[in-house]
Amino acid sequence: MIRLMRYLKPYLASIVLIVALLFLQANADLALPDYMSRIVNTGIQQGGIEDSLPQAMGGNKFNMVLQTVSPEEGAAILGAYDRFEPGSEAHQALLKKYPNGESEPLYILKKIDATTRSRLNALMVGAISSRLTGIDPSVVTQMGVQAVKGEYERLGMDTVALQTSYILSVGGLMILLTLLSVVATVIVGFLGARTAAGFARDLRVNLFRKVENFSFAELDKFSTASLITRSTNDITQMQMVAVMGLRMFFYAPIIGIGGVIRATGKASSMWWIIALAVSIILGVIAVVFAIALPKFKSIQKLIDKLNLVVRENLSGMMVIRAFAMQGEEEKRFDKANKDLTGTMLFVTRVMVVLMPLMMLIMNLVSLLIVWTGAKEVALSQIRVGDMMAFMQYAMQIFFSFIMLSMMFIILPRASVSADRIAEVLATEPSIVDPKTPLVYGAEFAGTIEFKDVSFRYPGATDDVLSKISFTAKPGQTTAIIGTTGSGKSTLVSLIPRFYDATEGSIMVGGIDIRAVSQEALRSKIGFVPQKASLFSGTVESNLLYADENASKEDMALALEISQAKEFIDAKPEGMGLEISQGGGNVSGGQRQRLTIARAIVKKAPIYIFDDSFSALDFRTDTLLRQALKASLSQSTILLVTQRVAAIKQADQILVLDEGRLVGRGTHHELMETCEVYRDIAMSQLKQEELA
Amino acid sequence: MSDMHNPTGQTGRPGMRPGAAFGRGGPGAMMKGEKARNFKGTMKKLIGYLSPFKLPIVIVFVFAVGSTVFSILGPKILGKATTKLFEGVMAQMAGKSGGIDLQAIGQILLGVLGLYLVSAFFSYIQGWIMSGVSIKITYQFRKDILAKINRMPLKYFDGTNHGEVLSRMTNDVDTVNQTLSQSLTQMITSLVTVLGVLVMMLTISWQLTLVALLILPLSMVLIRLIVNQSQKYFKQQQEFLGHANGHIEEMFGSHAVVKAFSGEAKNIEKFEGINDSLYSSAWKSQFLSGIMMPMMNFVGNLGYVGVTIMGGYLAARKAISLGDIQAFIQYVRSFTQPISQIANISNVLQQTAASAERVFEFLEETEETPESDEALKPAKVEGAVEFRNVHFGYLDDKIIINNFSAKVEPGKRVAIVGPTGAGKTTLVKLLMRFYDVKEGAILIDGKDIREYARADLRRMFGMVLQDTWLFNGSILDNIRYGKIGASEEEAVEAARAAHVDHFIRAFPQGYQTELNEETTNISQGQKQLLTIARAILANPPMLILDEATSSVDTHTEVLIQKAMGVLMKGRTSFIIAHRLSTIRDADWILVMDHGDIVEQGTHDNLIAAGGFYANLYNSQFDKLESA
Repeated sequence: MIRLMRYLKPYLASIVLIVALLFLQANADLALPDYMSRIVNTGIQQGGIEDSLPQAMGGNKFNMVLQTVSPEEGAAILGAYDRFEPGSEAHQALLKKYPNGESEPLYILKKIDATTRSRLNALMVGAISSRLTGIDPSVVTQMGVQAVKGEYERLGMDTVALQTSYILSVGGLMILLTLLSVVATVIVGFLGARTAAGFARDLRVNLFRKVENFSFAELDKFSTASLITRSTNDITQMQMVAVMGLRMFFYAPIIGIGGVIRATGKASSMWWIIALAVSIILGVIAVVFAIALPKFKSIQKLIDKLNLVVRENLSGMMVIRAFAMQGEEEKRFDKANKDLTGTMLFVTRVMVVLMPLMMLIMNLVSLLIVWTGAKEVALSQIRVGDMMAFMQYAMQIFFSFIMLSMMFIILPRASVSADRIAEVLATEPSIVDPKTPLVYGAEFAGTIEFKDVSFRYPGATDDVLSKISFTAKPGQTTAIIGTTGSGKSTLVSLIPRFYDATEGSIMVGGIDIRAVSQEALRSKIGFVPQKASLFSGTVESNLLYADENASKEDMALALEISQAKEFIDAKPEGMGLEISQGGGNVSGGQRQRLTIARAIVKKAPIYIFDDSFSALDFRTDTLLRQALKASLSQSTILLVTQRVAAIKQADQILVLDEGRLVGRGTHHELMETCEVYRDIAMSQLKQEELA
Repeated sequence: MSDMHNPTGQTGRPGMRPGAAFGRGGPGAMMKGEKARNFKGTMKKLIGYLSPFKLPIVIVFVFAVGSTVFSILGPKILGKATTKLFEGVMAQMAGKSGGIDLQAIGQILLGVLGLYLVSAFFSYIQGWIMSGVSIKITYQFRKDILAKINRMPLKYFDGTNHGEVLSRMTNDVDTVNQTLSQSLTQMITSLVTVLGVLVMMLTISWQLTLVALLILPLSMVLIRLIVNQSQKYFKQQQEFLGHANGHIEEMFGSHAVVKAFSGEAKNIEKFEGINDSLYSSAWKSQFLSGIMMPMMNFVGNLGYVGVTIMGGYLAARKAISLGDIQAFIQYVRSFTQPISQIANISNVLQQTAASAERVFEFLEETEETPESDEALKPAKVEGAVEFRNVHFGYLDDKIIINNFSAKVEPGKRVAIVGPTGAGKTTLVKLLMRFYDVKEGAILIDGKDIREYARADLRRMFGMVLQDTWLFNGSILDNIRYGKIGASEEEAVEAARAAHVDHFIRAFPQGYQTELNEETTNISQGQKQLLTIARAILANPPMLILDEATSSVDTHTEVLIQKAMGVLMKGRTSFIIAHRLSTIRDADWILVMDHGDIVEQGTHDNLIAAGGFYANLYNSQFDKLESA
């Protein structure tokens, strides 16, 4: 996982911004319950009156207050208020707000800062409590608020309007916060999506580039199928994880920790409820997954098994019916189906318990909070609004833990994908060009020379080829024959450097193939692989793959030589005939002929046909070989085959047996001298046809 | 009622289901899927499938409704506790004695506890029963599909690839299963929740309800807006992803070609282009589907704030109690999610109908014509085969075999020859009645093969095809496939006759060796020998052989030749021949080209006739050059 982190580097700025915005969003989200509690505590419970320091007092009240405090304190309070005498113009104006204060001086609070305010508030509270003995001091603030409200009402002030304006102003702030939060979310979503998609794009293209430059040694090591999965599914998986991770992975801890801080700030004595709830939830998740996860894994196996039986039933349809075994097959399937159903049912039922259980736990926790909170409120430790906010914080904290545990379920799977990708990216191609490659001159003769060449696959204990020496000359056909596994295909794949020989050397055109660039070498070789594969596109685009600048005539000629002309001409689209992926829409024999045509378009001095005629019927095979002989008379031709009949005319036949060159010569020579060749020939042709 | 008291609304039933931790979520969660062609009809059929489970489903509904109702009642009653608490506080503040009545609060809480417990219990019972029902239906679907596969005419599979059938068995059945196990009850609980919450809200305050409902149109518009956009990009993304993955598969799969033609740079350049287009649609799709939830939360939060403000205002006027506001806030929270679920119901149903339709479509395909009740019971089969004026074509309007007649005496060998793609297996398929002739008849021992039961007819033939079919099981079981209930000795005897006994004994587990899934742990040649052993054990009066042995080494090939020789002794044999020796030794040769039988006769006759066969025969020996 960590190995892929460097691919996130270009997006570092985005990620930092995402984290910052998530902080902003989390704080906004966390502030909402706080404001709600203010509305409840101050707005509703205290009628919008924030503390014991009134914003206006009548003269009588003011004097009462001054009597209960020391002279210095009194001076401080005096300093904070403006006094308006009855009859003055200012006093007249104030009467609109305080209609009952016409006969006394009005004291109006000046604009003061928060510290002064809290200091004065403390003085006022002290003033109240000194008058009331035997009452719990924590209730005094509430009393003070009541006293303030009482004075306002005495002055005839509209307390309802006061309350409403308080609620509206806090509510306005809440709306602002909500907006802030959504803006942050959208930006995070935007940045996150771009980062995740960009990350996936970079991985994908890097992986593709890497694999394109792999030699076959690396390809074999991973297997083609595995490389495809790594470049497709694994990368898609990474993108999913990145997009989720960028949000959840940062957001969950922020909201979790922030929630804990705020919740304990609201009601520090109730922290244990959160600790309890979180540990129960995590415990439940852990238990459920411990039970379900192994079963999840076995479900995948059971599904595979089920699919296997279905696939077997589809592919073996004829055989099953030929033996009239439908009933048996249905029994076999039923067993797989029952196994799967049983396990699925178990897992589903385990998972079904999870949702109601989580809900129950959360509901029980809110009950617990109300109960504990009620007791705390009764003791005047906290206020009702605090309790309500605490409840909401608790929920936020749970969800952050649930999110986190989700991440921990996804992460192991994702890290498998990440490792599979990183493994490919960390692999260096074993075949690289020399630093200062030699170049072929204008005069190029396609002679191929093997000098004591041995080859073994990486990690294998035995040689696939050992001590092979021979020379193939221009204008000649060199055929290679042998049983399966004798190393024929391996031998020819050494020539374009699909693999490097383990020992010995191969010279093409008189230069060691390791001394020239791979591209230069391969430009001299027209190679037709055993597996006839075409690319999606048209016949024409496939031929152009060999040479972008090939003319229509070149292509038409190549099709004619490869015996593909007839069926291409029969199609209304001609060379524009669409080829589906893998060439599935043309028959095996047609596909082989097209791959041969593609090689011919290249006009190479060397041609290698690796068992490329196997899907052709004898007639086409013969015609094709004749045409090749006629048109490629100047080229060096290497021909791997299993058909003796096809190579009776070859200039030179190499016989391979278990990686050794056991015979070399013409058909007639080998019939005399080489036992392996004779065996092969005997099994294919009747005695009299061999002469 | 999943998100009580949850200010950010990061919640939801996570939609857990076996096999995928995130259910139907992900980028496609709100996508409009494909549509069923016949929605009503399909749904009717699906309900038909459900009918044996009528009672459990009714119980599920009752429990789902019960669970939802109980959990909806919770907040309102819990609110009473808060109100009591608040009243106590106010009393305390007013200096009145008594203060907070903890006992009353405790009683209320106990009541709510009871509600929650019952609700959770109901919810679990409901899930328990429903998962049982849906899994039983899934089981039945799969069973029916497999049985169907085995009853379908082979013809069907000419136009349908196996992946498609497999996908119906897995993906489509799975979609239906998911809908049944989750979405169905979710729909009910969502509906009940919305209605119930609405009622509860109205009982608290119509003014607050009005505020809460104001967010509905807003959220509807938002959902519609985002879904439409994200759907567009999601489709694009899937399309480009398909291109990219296709390119990867293609190029990695043809590495040899790429290397041989030095196409690396070209491929990378093309890939970069595809990859960039993929990126630009991927992030847009990702972005839009990603902000869906936050947007809904935003709307939810607006409702929350609105209710808080309005509630505060009302409370200040003593028009509402604090507990009711608290309850109301919880109701608003639990309102948005079921609404988006309801908004998605039609998509889910459409998707389900589309999947179910594909399943039903397959289950309703025409099957092989049923056997006649008075099917002949074959007594001793001599093995005389006659083709009498046979006409046949895979497509009705394209007859490829025109008026073919031939008589084969018992014990004779018939070679079928022709170039690749000439349709050599057609005759085999007709003989075994995988297909029926269009006109004319095929007779065995003078009886039309259509008079036999298919199973009986097919048992008359032993079949050894090039495409060796073995299944994932022990070697012994694979051989015994030819004769269920055969003793191990008989199987070993057959293996010995097929020259495969010593191969098998070379494995550490011998006859109990398990063939792996791709049967790659034995070679192609060994596979072929096993199928021969299987045919020997079955001991059929007639044989169908395909002797193509292209990827078999010389030694094994000789063994296969010998084994086939053993097998053919005394049996009427049809051989898809590749080897000249086989062809020339045959008693009769059928020459095929373009699906039709173009010539028939003995080797010498045909060579003398100088027709298609003579040409084909000569071509193998390069006599074409001199001709």
